[in-house]
Amino acid sequence: METPSSHLKVRRSDNVTIVSFVDRKILEELAIQEIGEEINRLVESEPGVRLLLDFSGVDHLSSAALGMLITVNNRVKEQNGLLRLANINKQIFEVFKITRLNKLFSIHATADDALADL
Amino acid sequence: MDIPVEYGVPPTRLTRVRVSNMVERVREAENAIVAQMESQGYGEDDVFAIKLAMEEALVNAIRHGNSNDATKFVTLQYYVGADRIIVSIADEGPGFRPEDVPDPTLDENLEKPHGRGLMLMRAYMTDVRFNERGNEIWMMRLIEPAGGPSAGERDASVAGE
Repeated sequence: METPSSHLKVRRSDNVTIVSFVDRKILEELAIQEIGEEINRLVESEPGVRLLLDFSGVDHLSSAALGMLITVNNRVKEQNGLLRLANINKQIFEVFKITRLNKLFSIHATADDALADL
Repeated sequence: MDIPVEYGVPPTRLTRVRVSNMVERVREAENAIVAQMESQGYGEDDVFAIKLAMEEALVNAIRHGNSNDATKFVTLQYYVGADRIIVSIADEGPGFRPEDVPDPTLDENLEKPHGRGLMLMRAYMTDVRFNERGNEIWMMRLIEPAGGPSAGERDASVAGE
């Protein structure tokens, strides 16, 4: 089942909520705010949520997008849920390494790897 | 502030654009710089680095410097050469003190959602500096020969300066 929305594609697989991104660039302030609100609604509607963010097709993101992901991570923790990231391209993974956010987030090479860890 | 002498490019070689403090206007100027890089054969790592550094600087200028006020202006100056890319962005705000921005990579700051833009610019550019007031940034990326250090490794060496 797919829920259409302006920025996200959301589907369920074995009680995991899998979110992927429509936009190749996650840069605009308004879009980032909307994405954050949309994901946080998913998190808040399901205590203990198991959430996978799939970055396939995303080739640019800004520090504001990183901030949004941190807020999502904090919200998932409050809900005693699990968050996994997958399919982050080489250049964006470098951004996570530079900011040390690869230590904060659990990042997997593929969605299947991430699902196995949820 | 004039282009730093260390950047090795005379002020007359810079392209200067003054645009309204609106994301769309500023984005057009940014796209012109990227198009010039692509037409000069720059690779995707260099384009990624410049896009990312400019994005952070432009958001800072539009949002923090000019407080999202569409009656204000952003001034870009740039140079796309064979071995270096130079970008300057100035806003009309009061400026800020870069040394007051806490290190976002410290354990105690890792879960804070803000404060990563400046460190990303420093990581992806060879040199980043501000005028005294702190409302104008100058940054340069020197192009590494193939097999040179990655952005992360370069960041480690710049951080020790």
